[in-house]
Amino acid sequence: MTDGAPQAHQVSELELERRHYRSNASRRSILIAVTSTVAFVAVVWVVLVNTPGWEDVKYTFFNWEIGKDAFPSILEGLWLNIRALFFAAIGVAVFGTLLAVLRSLRGPVWFPLRALATIYVDMFRGVPVLIVLFLVGFGIPALDIFPRMDAAVWGTISITLCYSAYVAEVLRAGIESVHSSQRIAARSLGLSHGKTLRMVVIPQGVRRVIPALMNDFVSMQKDVGLISVLGAVDAIRAAQIEVAATYNFTPYVIAALLFIVISVPLTRLTDYVAARMNSREQIGGVV
Amino acid sequence: MSVLDVRNVWKSFGDNAVLQGVDLTLNNHDVVVLIGASGSGKSTLLRTINLIERVDDGQILLSGDDITDPRIDTDAVRARIGVVFQQFNLFPHMRVIDNVTLAARKVHGEDADSARARGTELLERFGLGEKLRDYPDRLSGGQQQRVAIVRAIMTDPELLLLDEITSALDPMLVGEVLDLVRGLKDAGSTILMATHEMAFAREVADRVVFMHGGRIIEAGTPEAIFDSPQQPETQEFLARVTHR
Repeated sequence: MTDGAPQAHQVSELELERRHYRSNASRRSILIAVTSTVAFVAVVWVVLVNTPGWEDVKYTFFNWEIGKDAFPSILEGLWLNIRALFFAAIGVAVFGTLLAVLRSLRGPVWFPLRALATIYVDMFRGVPVLIVLFLVGFGIPALDIFPRMDAAVWGTISITLCYSAYVAEVLRAGIESVHSSQRIAARSLGLSHGKTLRMVVIPQGVRRVIPALMNDFVSMQKDVGLISVLGAVDAIRAAQIEVAATYNFTPYVIAALLFIVISVPLTRLTDYVAARMNSREQIGGVV
Repeated sequence: MSVLDVRNVWKSFGDNAVLQGVDLTLNNHDVVVLIGASGSGKSTLLRTINLIERVDDGQILLSGDDITDPRIDTDAVRARIGVVFQQFNLFPHMRVIDNVTLAARKVHGEDADSARARGTELLERFGLGEKLRDYPDRLSGGQQQRVAIVRAIMTDPELLLLDEITSALDPMLVGEVLDLVRGLKDAGSTILMATHEMAFAREVADRVVFMHGGRIIEAGTPEAIFDSPQQPETQEFLARVTHR
């Protein structure tokens, strides 16, 4: 080993000049970014305002008074969406992982389970979410075998069923991307197939597909709005009620903004988590 | 009773006969070094012993147990054998200490505190005490390979298989890994290793086994093999690798 105590080091003129150049360059980049953004927004704004129907659109979609009145009930509806999202996310994590593992099983003994999981994934990726919602939300309660449950519950179950199929495929891709040498190393230590999956393969596989998983999560976050078709009073339904009362579409815009407000932190969080994991496990560099 | 008894083992991949009737015995504390060109069957032999590959014919006995019997618990067999790979194969998502203690905790049921204490002690003994909490990717190749060796010996295996463990290393880092293997030999481990480090083979081996075309062509003491090889294949191989 050659690494001893770090020596005191006087930074050279050359390096100082480089640092100076870099800080100037980054200041210039920020300035360019701000200028181009302002210019772009201004152009869009001017074009929009000068369209022939702008005054009508402004009244119908961006009506401050109506928006203000509708806001509390939409916000209350959004709380239902958030709860639905919470439970659906847990359900998808569990069920999606189960499906992915079933599809990754090898050996003839597992054929029936593997086939079942494959059929499930094919089916639920093929059927539109809306149809699943109708079938589950109206069909299953009609069987009269479950106690009466809120429409939001059936809606959440439907969303879980659909997204589990997508998430299972993403997870499976992650699981299969882990190099076989990792499996061999784990099995060589005496770990069983199941423990190898749980402790070695899945943790690594999931990390690689976190951006894709978060993409599905954000997508699910807005699709929980579809539970409104079953009659659950979520943000969309609440907005719809306000629209019906006022013949003004501003509540929809409010609902849209609220959905954006909850999704942006999620996407930023994903980026942060992914970056932190990378910096922890790898030596990054500047590229 | 011998620790390892390989009896007339055959293995082919499609038309490629990789092992053609290999016989090999290791007694307790034996260090046997496999030499031979790439493709001679060294790695495949190690992989059949670790049950990563299934033999086409023949038997392998580990301390008297026929591990090629399909009724045997393969996980239990693998838990009795330590393996170190050319490419280290550490688990990148686990810290060094967790890599080292995984099998003790999850296979042998040792409680986490005691596994941790033993793992820490072993890592410290091999100069890795400061790396306990690091992730493998932060370590040099030599350090990673030393961690991999500690991981393999953590559970006191009956047999250690070392598969070209220095081949992926910078020449500067080979020495530190080989020092560790010397230490294991002195501690009495039973080791079967494949290597291209002829000088090391000569120094550390009780027996050198030369493989060629899936067969053991010649086996004997390091002096016998390196100084007066009898078979033309052995002579040719040694002439090539030692540039004589």
